[in-house]
Amino acid sequence: MTPEIGHYAVAFAFIFSLAQGAIPLWGAHKNNPLLMNFAVPAARFQFIFILLAFVCLIVSFVESDFSVALVAQNSHTLKPLIYKISGVWGNHEGSMLLWILILALFGLLVGEFGKNLPSSLRARVLSVQGLIGAGFIAFLLFTSNPFLRLDPSPLQGSGLNPLLQDPGLAFHPPFLYLGYVGFSMAFSFAIAALIEGRVDPAWARWVRPWTLVAWTSLTIGIALGSWWAYYELGWGGWWFWDPVENASFLPWLLGTALLHSALVLEKRDTLKSWTILLSILAFGASLLGTFLVRSGVLTSVHTFATDPERGVFILLLFVIVLGGGLLLYSIRAQSLKVGGLFAPISREGALVLNNLFLATSFAVVLLGTLYPLLLDAFDAGKVSVGAPFFNATFVPLMIPLLIACPIGAKMAWKRGDLSGALSRLRAAFASSLVVIVIALFLDDNRSILAGCALGIAAWLMIGTTLDFLERIGFPKRSAGEIYRRFVHLPRSAWGAATAHFALGVMVAGITVSSVWQIERIQIMRPGDKVEIADYTVLFGGAGQVDGPNYSALQGSFSISKGKDKVTVLLPEKRSYPAENSTTTEAAIHTNLYSDLYIVLGDADGKGGWATRIYFNPLVPWIWVGAILMAVGGALSLTDRRLRVGAPRRSVSSLNSTLPQNR
Amino acid sequence: MFARVTFLPLAVVFAVSVLFAIYLWQVGPGGKDISTLPSAMIDKPVPDFDLAPIQGRQSGLKSGDLKSGISLVNVWASWCPPCRVEHPYLMDLAERGVTIYGINYRDKPSDALRFLRNLGDPYKQIGADTTGRVSIDWGIYGYPETFLVDQTGRIRYRHVGPISPQVIETILNPLMDKIAKK
Repeated sequence: MTPEIGHYAVAFAFIFSLAQGAIPLWGAHKNNPLLMNFAVPAARFQFIFILLAFVCLIVSFVESDFSVALVAQNSHTLKPLIYKISGVWGNHEGSMLLWILILALFGLLVGEFGKNLPSSLRARVLSVQGLIGAGFIAFLLFTSNPFLRLDPSPLQGSGLNPLLQDPGLAFHPPFLYLGYVGFSMAFSFAIAALIEGRVDPAWARWVRPWTLVAWTSLTIGIALGSWWAYYELGWGGWWFWDPVENASFLPWLLGTALLHSALVLEKRDTLKSWTILLSILAFGASLLGTFLVRSGVLTSVHTFATDPERGVFILLLFVIVLGGGLLLYSIRAQSLKVGGLFAPISREGALVLNNLFLATSFAVVLLGTLYPLLLDAFDAGKVSVGAPFFNATFVPLMIPLLIACPIGAKMAWKRGDLSGALSRLRAAFASSLVVIVIALFLDDNRSILAGCALGIAAWLMIGTTLDFLERIGFPKRSAGEIYRRFVHLPRSAWGAATAHFALGVMVAGITVSSVWQIERIQIMRPGDKVEIADYTVLFGGAGQVDGPNYSALQGSFSISKGKDKVTVLLPEKRSYPAENSTTTEAAIHTNLYSDLYIVLGDADGKGGWATRIYFNPLVPWIWVGAILMAVGGALSLTDRRLRVGAPRRSVSSLNSTLPQNR
Repeated sequence: MFARVTFLPLAVVFAVSVLFAIYLWQVGPGGKDISTLPSAMIDKPVPDFDLAPIQGRQSGLKSGDLKSGISLVNVWASWCPPCRVEHPYLMDLAERGVTIYGINYRDKPSDALRFLRNLGDPYKQIGADTTGRVSIDWGIYGYPETFLVDQTGRIRYRHVGPISPQVIETILNPLMDKIAKK
């Protein structure tokens, strides 16, 4: 019964999404408030029905109802409860339902909290959101029904891919989808603004919270995925430039560009056309990712089992949504009034530079991701584009962006003072030089590149900190004044400072961990010792242990540092009988500065075991950086101007508050 | 002029969509199978190439070297995790007397040398494909890849991904025996 209720709920939601897509749009065109306001209850009902369907699917998974095909294919009675639940979105159909749930949630939020939006804008935004929803619900209903029954039903399910039975991955998709789908809001706002023919600072302020939510969630989602790859795949790497990783990174790059260009629109009423384009493309990149992952054109650990019918459907959605949006853009963009002018050396100029680099790196990653597909489509050969390509193209693009970041943040709007900004960053520049020299001195290989990268990391962290201190008047002002400024500094300034600082932390983590990683790969017998960094690793042997739905070989490694015992690490090789596959569980000892990372390999049959032991310095900083970045996004989200949302503050009053405002 | 610029994104998206449509159609039912790779290279002579050695080693690798007997050509890199997985099996094969040539794909010489020093060197000769051009000629799809080349320099079998004892037992050994008997 439950699956049928879910199926019907999706069908009802489909009807509401269609109505939401058509009626308010017509109402806004005719300026009929009744029809326009229909959007709010429609969004509400669409959400309620999708939520109901989602709950039904969760219930089917928790009850292990194997008469539902999806449950039979992806669950197992012995699976721990959390993975029964995360199994809901560990497959194509269920994750699509989650995708739609989040889409409907965003529609609901605009309906409930968008009261200060002009009613025609709100109606159009909700209509576009409804149309996107209708497209995806149709996709679910007609090609990927999660509630399909099996007859006869099997007694036991075939289990969830063990790689996905993991806390990091349980929450990776929800955050990722919050990000992907969140960009649909920017898209809907952009389309509504194009229809209305009006893009102004107020518009930028209304879109900002949605973009921030999307960006922050996507940051967390990507970080969770990379953290998972780090400890689960067992190679100590955390980013592989896998096409599917790139698919999540592409919207992130455009979303980051959008966050920055929308600032220019908000403060200076310019870069309108570009910001609208970015809003459309950021969601387009999300759809592209969806297509790549679900259509079967790529093979990767992430791709779901697919059939071509689905690929065609998603491609159609991609063409209609993105093609339609861009067609509207190309017709209407010229009519957008050009706003304030600015000198090249100014905050606006710096943000344009930021956008140029981010958009170029987007193009590079996109090209690298699609190139193998392009060649193969024309039978021009098979290639794989891997890390070497991306490292050679992406990294050089990031270097000037990172160097310019603290300088741009110090620039004034309209007309900036480059030498002034530079002179106020003297201390940061000097300390980065010191860091470079120290790095070159400590490094046996004298890697100039690594030294410079560390210098950039220091430049970002110190430059951002100095800028922050200057804003609160430290140390020139009195303590009371500093406190006052500290408290009253806009949250967006806090957010930006935190995110830029986090970037520095991340660059340091990436550099140090990739340059100074130490690895020891060997056969060890019980009692053997390996020295790595300051640690001594003593292998105590390996034995059998059993988990709820797997059995594992567990190695025991005692770690000591000098005479002190540090910890015992227990890496495992798990085998899951239901799914007939194995996973590697690396054991990691971490402090905030380094990871000791041990993987148990195969037995050599002569009493020895292959073991891989890595010392990964500063690796935790990569994720600390990602978390800080997300914190920055969240801080910015609490900014007063986003909450107050005074619909139409004049530009002049905005300008008067500029010195503290970012 | 400006009017046309705004159509540019639309044109790009259109081109990308056409590409996807072509590709989807190709990988569709009964079409191109992307999980097993095309056999276009099978029974063809190896492509012409002449690779320098990894910096710091003596002999490189060129197509002429592959005509002196049955051999395996393994394409690898130190940064490629699966290459490490298959490495012990390559060592076993080499110990049993199988000739293995290596093409080292886009590697830093120091990394490649450390890889060989730490894990052992099963290769008779290695050519360093620093630009990746030769790998493209071979039609390399992923890393590692292993080719079985007969004494006339023709490719007889291609394996994508790490080789395993099963692949050696069920495919490589029987095929090498068959070629050797002829």
